[in-house]
Amino acid sequence: MRRSNLLRSTVFRATLLYLCLFSATVLALVGVIYWQTTASVSRQIDATIDAEITGLAEQYSQRGPVGLVSAIERRAAAAGGTRGLYLITDWAYRPLAGNLSRWPDEAPDAGGWITFRLAQPDPDGAGINFGRARLFDLGGRFRLLIGHDTRERDRIAGEIRGALLWGIAAIIGLSLLGAILLSRALLRRIESIDRTSREIMAGDLSRRVPLSGRDDEFDRLAGNLNAMLDQIERLMAGLKQVTDNIAHDLRSPLGRLRGRLEPLLRDPSDSEATRQAVGAAIEDADGLLRTFTALLNIAQAEAGAPRRHFQPVALAPLVRDVAELYEPLAEDKGLRLSSDAPDDVEVRGDRDLLFQALANLVDNAIKFSPAGAEVAVSLRSQADQAVLAVADRGSGIPAEARTRVVERFFRLETSRSTPGSGLGLSLVAAVARLHEGELVLTDNAPGLRAELRLPVSPA
Amino acid sequence: MRVLVIEDDSETAGYIAKGLGEHGFTVDVAADGKQGLVQALDGGYDVAVVDRMLPGLDGVALVEALRKAGQDTPVLFLSAMGAVQDRVAGLKGGGDDYLVKPFAFSELLARIEALTRRGGGAPRETTLRVGDLVMDLLSREVSRAGRPIALQPREFRLLEYLMRHAGRVVTRTMLLEQVWDYHFDPQSNVIDVHVSRLRQKIDRDFETPLLHTVRGAGYSLRAPV
Repeated sequence: MRRSNLLRSTVFRATLLYLCLFSATVLALVGVIYWQTTASVSRQIDATIDAEITGLAEQYSQRGPVGLVSAIERRAAAAGGTRGLYLITDWAYRPLAGNLSRWPDEAPDAGGWITFRLAQPDPDGAGINFGRARLFDLGGRFRLLIGHDTRERDRIAGEIRGALLWGIAAIIGLSLLGAILLSRALLRRIESIDRTSREIMAGDLSRRVPLSGRDDEFDRLAGNLNAMLDQIERLMAGLKQVTDNIAHDLRSPLGRLRGRLEPLLRDPSDSEATRQAVGAAIEDADGLLRTFTALLNIAQAEAGAPRRHFQPVALAPLVRDVAELYEPLAEDKGLRLSSDAPDDVEVRGDRDLLFQALANLVDNAIKFSPAGAEVAVSLRSQADQAVLAVADRGSGIPAEARTRVVERFFRLETSRSTPGSGLGLSLVAAVARLHEGELVLTDNAPGLRAELRLPVSPA
Repeated sequence: MRVLVIEDDSETAGYIAKGLGEHGFTVDVAADGKQGLVQALDGGYDVAVVDRMLPGLDGVALVEALRKAGQDTPVLFLSAMGAVQDRVAGLKGGGDDYLVKPFAFSELLARIEALTRRGGGAPRETTLRVGDLVMDLLSREVSRAGRPIALQPREFRLLEYLMRHAGRVVTRTMLLEQVWDYHFDPQSNVIDVHVSRLRQKIDRDFETPLLHTVRGAGYSLRAPV
């Protein structure tokens, strides 16, 4: 299975969409937890700072600046465990006491709160740390900072963020893998249905979609498709049957009609005009009879009946004879008909039907060639195949119509102005299948190259 | 000329008998295989027209019995089965020609006339003549009114067949089968083109045409009366 196929498949896209929604949900959930946790820790920090402020305010009101400074010194000394941050400076920001080396540069918010970068390197070497503090002006003489180290909170937040990222990455990775595996499994089954339908469209109506035996929705789909195909096949067979029956049943009355017209041609009492009209009517009847005969020949060839009488047939004389037979017709149209059969190849088959097939191809080539062009009939031996080819320089057959031209009565031009029954290639294809070969139509750029590929009879 | 028609379908038998009668044949009809065989064994017929599918005795078996009894009356098989292989089987079974129903009466008539000629003709003659047209079968030379005519090998065979059946109608199918040795239905008028080429060579420079197109049937080569 090609990668691009997989990526374009609906299953894959659906899984991917599901993955995105799922990831977004997980992201939102973890985001809420993250936000709740950090907010709660932040509130705790702020509460601790507020408690410190209350304590120190008490010291200040009872013992004045000196008491405050000594209290700060005490608390700063014990700050290793509490993670408290303290600094008291004079009005010019010169530190008087505390565990910060300098006043932070960051501006406080309206409530006097500040989040700032800690100047001193972390003893754990954990990079940049932050503190949160509240700033006070003490009577225009001192400045006071009371805060708390937030690295604990930042660490928790970081861990949650990490977990979040890893989790998302894992989810994405796993679901991508799941999407690929799931799509592959589903694609394989869809592919088998797809392959079967393509084979059927290529003309093998007997094909059926294989069932897995799991009786799942795919089996039900395949079962329905198969039932539908059975019905189509029945209808097609019915249609063919009807066509063949019509051909068969209409031939007799048509033959009688022709028989009744014939004596009129020789009746001396008729005028020349009458005889001409009767002649034309007979020709029309002959045309219809030819069409019916062709239909019946196709039906016979498709039923495989002539196989009973297969005999070795040398193909090189066939090529020479068909070229010889059609050469004057080609010349009348200003065409050059060449034949090339350097080596003889023998197949098992029906000589007359093979000749008919080759003649139909040459007939078509002559019919659709512009004046002055060449029609080439050739015989080649390829591996275990004999290839009878008729190549022309006519208008060719568009690639999309090539499978359809072998259908009964299919005509390229919808106006149906060129004479012909639309059965010529159907018969060729039927003869090819009868001989376990195939009719291959390719572009001769310009023109059509029709190849009748037949298996060579084992020596 | 006496013709025996062994055919169980009375409509077809009547149609054949009436048509052949109009063309000067004496026609007897047998409606089943056994009766047909008895009549055929009595002899005296120039041609037998035998349906492949007969009640009592199958057409091929009938002809086999006829041949075993030493009767070499030419037999034309009629068959409703349109396939080539049935024709092959019929010809192998001792038939001399094979015609698929429904057929044009002119086709049947032409073939019966060809068979009567085949039975009684003298195939060992070395020169064929139709009017002032002469064909030497040994030197393979053709001339008309003393003027030599150059023919391609296929044209020679075509003319030979027409000359052997001079005065009779030969159909396009007969020409395909006898001159080209293929039994098939051409989609175009290939035979007409070949015949018109031959006509160019034998008739163009002469006042009276020998090769005539018989409308609705085929061709006929005949000497001017």
